[in-house]
Amino acid sequence: MKHIISTLVQNKPGVLAHVAGMFAARAFNIDSLAVGRTDDPALSRMTIVVIGDDKVVEQVRKQLEKIIDVVKVQDFAIKDVIAHDLMLMCVHAPPEKRPEILALVEMFKGKVVDIGQKFVMVELADTEEKLEAFIEACRPYGIKNLARTGTVAMAGFERTEIADNQ
Amino acid sequence: MVLPLFDKLYDAPINFIIPRHEQGGAHMADGYARASGKVGVVLTTSGPGACNLTTGIANAMMDSVPIVALTGQVRTDLIGNDAFQESDITGVTRSITKHNMIVKDVKDLQQSIREAFYIAGTGRPGPVLIDIPVDIEVAKCQMKPLTEVSLPGYKPQVKGHHRQIKMAAEAINKSEKPVVYVGGGVVSSNAAEELRAFAQKANLPVTMTLLGLGTYDQTRAESLDMLGMHGTAYANYAVQECDLLIAIGARFDDRVTGKVKTFAPHAKVIHIDIDPSSISKNVAVNIPVVGDAKYILTELIKEVQHKERKEWFDKIADWKSRFPLRYDTKSPNIKPQYVIEQIWEATKDRAIIVTGVGQHQMWTSQFYKHTKPRHFITSGGLGTMGFGLPAAIGAQVALPDALVVDIDGDSSFNMTLTEISTAVQYELPIKVCIINNGYMGMVRQWQELFYNKRYSKSYLKNPDFAAVAEALGAVGITVEKKSEVKNAIAKMIAEKKPCIVDFHVEREENVWPMVATGKSLHEMDGLDIFESMA
Repeated sequence: MKHIISTLVQNKPGVLAHVAGMFAARAFNIDSLAVGRTDDPALSRMTIVVIGDDKVVEQVRKQLEKIIDVVKVQDFAIKDVIAHDLMLMCVHAPPEKRPEILALVEMFKGKVVDIGQKFVMVELADTEEKLEAFIEACRPYGIKNLARTGTVAMAGFERTEIADNQ
Repeated sequence: MVLPLFDKLYDAPINFIIPRHEQGGAHMADGYARASGKVGVVLTTSGPGACNLTTGIANAMMDSVPIVALTGQVRTDLIGNDAFQESDITGVTRSITKHNMIVKDVKDLQQSIREAFYIAGTGRPGPVLIDIPVDIEVAKCQMKPLTEVSLPGYKPQVKGHHRQIKMAAEAINKSEKPVVYVGGGVVSSNAAEELRAFAQKANLPVTMTLLGLGTYDQTRAESLDMLGMHGTAYANYAVQECDLLIAIGARFDDRVTGKVKTFAPHAKVIHIDIDPSSISKNVAVNIPVVGDAKYILTELIKEVQHKERKEWFDKIADWKSRFPLRYDTKSPNIKPQYVIEQIWEATKDRAIIVTGVGQHQMWTSQFYKHTKPRHFITSGGLGTMGFGLPAAIGAQVALPDALVVDIDGDSSFNMTLTEISTAVQYELPIKVCIINNGYMGMVRQWQELFYNKRYSKSYLKNPDFAAVAEALGAVGITVEKKSEVKNAIAKMIAEKKPCIVDFHVEREENVWPMVATGKSLHEMDGLDIFESMA
């Protein structure tokens, strides 16, 4: 099962290496990893998507908590959170195909952020499923480049975390 | 570069031992920490010096030993330039330290050092490395008044949850066939006295891991001695048949559990440990209690009741009488087990026993009776050959008046014997007993049992160890006859200088019993061999 693990870490050099190194050393798989600042300059948030059974994910959580610079670990079941991913996609869009593509972008509530002679660049921020669907919809036109941030997540209101830093 | 630090050491009131090799230095800090209960410190230069520490750091990590490693680093403006003797030592040691850091601003230095000692010595102890660039070593800063260390991401839980302790006590009071399984955590927590009171109040048999040896007096009837791959038959049978397993400061290592699926199949499991990540890592736990063993045992003692459990103790006594550890005592050759028994007879519980890794280590765990904590120092988790001699030196530094005896293997000893010079230089009167069979004995045993006696590269042409010892300024004794063993040990103990005794033992003796890889704990080989010697 897919778990989203949200960790608050101290904003220090080497923390990312420590977290990533722990995953490698203990043979845990990272599906995606997103790192960014928080409102507190001393803290960063790492959102890590992990695939594994409950036992594996429990170990992931405990091993993360063991890292000295990791301040807090929350483990969300995938459906209990608002989990979004930001994607930039460069898709082949010759003039005759452009209306179709723009309609798709509209349909997915995306945004065209740059236009070239043969390509358009689209920005889309949504759930992983939506992003995957958009990629499949654009694939026939020819995707030139694609970049994603990895999932960031927060607990939804009135939804429960399954393990809030027990 | 650490010359500025060494310059300060020139007149600093610090007992500094200069080892012959940095790995030796790390093991010395480790031996010092295990013997004293304090944090050991090792200091090296950058690059090769720092890299040579890694085995010692990994060893301390696996066995949860508090050491602080200080490494010099190239100037901050050169970092990343492949400068002379530069290595990314925080990168290299990230997975083998409890924590590490590089100090890039002298204003952070004081706090970093304080944090390093705090992290190393609290919670589940472990090694911490601080990398200090040479420009930081010479920079000046204002010392700040000392404050409590407070780290937002590090708050070890010392007190166990009261409800969990109550549940554990209820399970213990109900149990008909309990076994206490003790690991090195009880040593770290200095909880041997509490363990004794707990086991005796509730009337519980106690088995120990390799690192747990010494926490429970093995001369007492309730001691089941060591469990696991080379544990006693009675410990392994008791674990496999118990209805309640009380694990304290132990981590269900594969050398302890054998096949995990069939480990303690009838038991409810209580696990007391300060490290939450140890709980349910290998074996599912029914009642976890996270906290410090000393604190939790003190609370548990209040809650447990005495229970007779006559049937269970009768059964254990029966296993003990049917399957004691044995060897061929009538052999005219020097049996390794005989040497270790004689060392025990001569030193009883006054010696600090240190070992290398291999067959001699297992025989020392089996045939020496460990009675006190911090009196048995051995490399468990990492299984580092060459650990014995430098660790003995560290222990002797911690306890200058103690009788420190390294029971070593010839191959293990060969790896770090250069440190004899260190013992000689600092007049540290350590004793070394080499159980010399001319093989990497444990490798040879596995080749005999599992590789059709193809002794591939496990044979060593050894030097004359006594002559080497003499050349390095220590005393060397060679023992080739069984009749000379006792005298040699007596002479060794009386010797004021470092003394190396080379016992030429039976060459192809095996360690029994043995739970082969993949077998369950009760499926021990070698019991028939014991019976044939009865």
